Amino acid sequence: MIPPETTSKEQTDMSTAGGPSERSQAAGEAPATGVSEKQRTGHTVKVKDLHAYYGSHHSIKGVSVDFPANEVTAIIGPSGSGKSTVVRCINRMHEEIPGARAEGSVMLDDLDVYDTAADVTAVRRLIGMVFQKPNPFPTMSIFDNVAAGLRLTGTRGSDLKELVPRSLQAVGLWDEVKDRLQEPGIGLSGGQQQRLCIARTVAVEPEVILMDEPCSALDPIATLRIEELIDELKERYTIVIVTHNMQQAARVANSTLFMLDGEVIEHDETNKIFTNPGDERTERYVTGKFG
Amino acid sequence: MSAISTSTLPRISDRRRYADKAMRGLLLAATLIALVPLVLVIYFLLKRGLSSWSGSFFTTDPTGSFFGNPGGIRSAIVGSLEMVALASVIAIPVGIGVALYLTEYGRDHWFANLVRYFVDVMTGVPSIMFGLFIYIVLVLGHVGGTFTAWKGAIALSLLMMPIVVRSAEVVLLLVPGHLREAALALGAPRWRVLTKVVLPTALPGLLTGSLLAIARGMGETAPLLFTVTAAFGLTGNLGAIMNSLPVQIYNDIQSPRTAIVDRAWGAGLTLVLIVLILNVIARAVARRSRMA
Repeated sequence: MIPPETTSKEQTDMSTAGGPSERSQAAGEAPATGVSEKQRTGHTVKVKDLHAYYGSHHSIKGVSVDFPANEVTAIIGPSGSGKSTVVRCINRMHEEIPGARAEGSVMLDDLDVYDTAADVTAVRRLIGMVFQKPNPFPTMSIFDNVAAGLRLTGTRGSDLKELVPRSLQAVGLWDEVKDRLQEPGIGLSGGQQQRLCIARTVAVEPEVILMDEPCSALDPIATLRIEELIDELKERYTIVIVTHNMQQAARVANSTLFMLDGEVIEHDETNKIFTNPGDERTERYVTGKFG
Repeated sequence: MSAISTSTLPRISDRRRYADKAMRGLLLAATLIALVPLVLVIYFLLKRGLSSWSGSFFTTDPTGSFFGNPGGIRSAIVGSLEMVALASVIAIPVGIGVALYLTEYGRDHWFANLVRYFVDVMTGVPSIMFGLFIYIVLVLGHVGGTFTAWKGAIALSLLMMPIVVRSAEVVLLLVPGHLREAALALGAPRWRVLTKVVLPTALPGLLTGSLLAIARGMGETAPLLFTVTAAFGLTGNLGAIMNSLPVQIYNDIQSPRTAIVDRAWGAGLTLVLIVLILNVIARAVARRSRMA
């Protein structure tokens, strides 16, 4: 599904924290999930002692977690447990909310995301995000929506005629829209719109993709399509997905993180979280006794 | 258990029926009373205005002659368009700029709230005050001559600006926050989010608001009375005095000669028609945007 020319990871200007072996050591702190060594071309996100606030409300209370390269990490937990906030702190979208702030550290390999010398727009280009509600730009065509990331970041020299089809192919939307690229993006169905948004994110060539409940507005068939896509995308990206749907976490995630009241209760292999959790609160949540 | 039917529901009392009828009647009466002056204005405008319309009415300038041929209103139409165009060029970009500051940067900052307050106050200022202000500052101050068209345009722009700001702010707030987020999350700098996402999305609404401000500016007399005064001839020189529809109506209606008063009615009908056309365009633009 993913054309080989897109996986030129080793040539990116970002610090890659040494070779693959060193990175697998870093990933070793997280649960082993059986991704083979040669597939690890992505980058690791490490969150350490993260605190987030909305005004005076302390919503994230010291979260530390590693998101290993080329794996899908799911974040589950009841509403208001801070799942989305954690994800929004990773690409610094949290601070766009008036009165919101974050403390602690988020590292993408050796890049400190919150470094005052780091350009926040460059950080967000490295860490893409897909939102709960499909949000294609209503004034733009399908083509322009995919090209939007590059145009909005002022990236020049990219061959849009080549990049747009490639991005649409990567999300499996190309065959459905290739004859109507100039039609408005909001004319597509909900599931197609969400895949268009993922294509838009992929087109900027990020290293990490954050997904904040990407299927909660979609029907089961469209959801299945997105889940298959997530599975394909992890060959190239590090993926963090927030979900309300525990079956979804079980289907797509290598490891799963259970959050409650702004704290991480448990982070383990997905299989273990759902069959043999270490914490009683996790067990009660995944068996549907609360949440 | 008996089945539910109409007879099992409580009966509607006669009092409730009468109250309903009476209130409906009252509301209808209020609507009809409100319509009376509107219908009368349109009736008299059409009756007196249409009879003065003719081909030469729109193609000749007022002669200024009291006893001879009074002439048409060409210079008034063109003068109004010229001054309102200049006023729009000033008021619309500045007004949209202020609205962008309020919605995208100032938000709930105390300074933004202060600006919002003053914009509200400016919306309520009688139009004659803008005329007086420009008269004192620019006309009595002899800035670039005494009475000139551009000073009238500035007075009009002061009147139009708060209308543009208020309408643009409402429209910009309607642009969904998730579109801004989508653009920011792609790594776009804020100015590109504004120019490539927020403004294009709000464009139909911004156009509607601007057209309504233009329509309002077209019909104002007071800001022009002490700043431009009036002229007879056609001129493209914004540094000179200029004719305009509202001021010509104001002057003509005071004339003892019937032919000149009739010209005022004809000019009035023309003005109402121009404002009506602007409103229709504004509505059409707004409707198209809702369907998109």
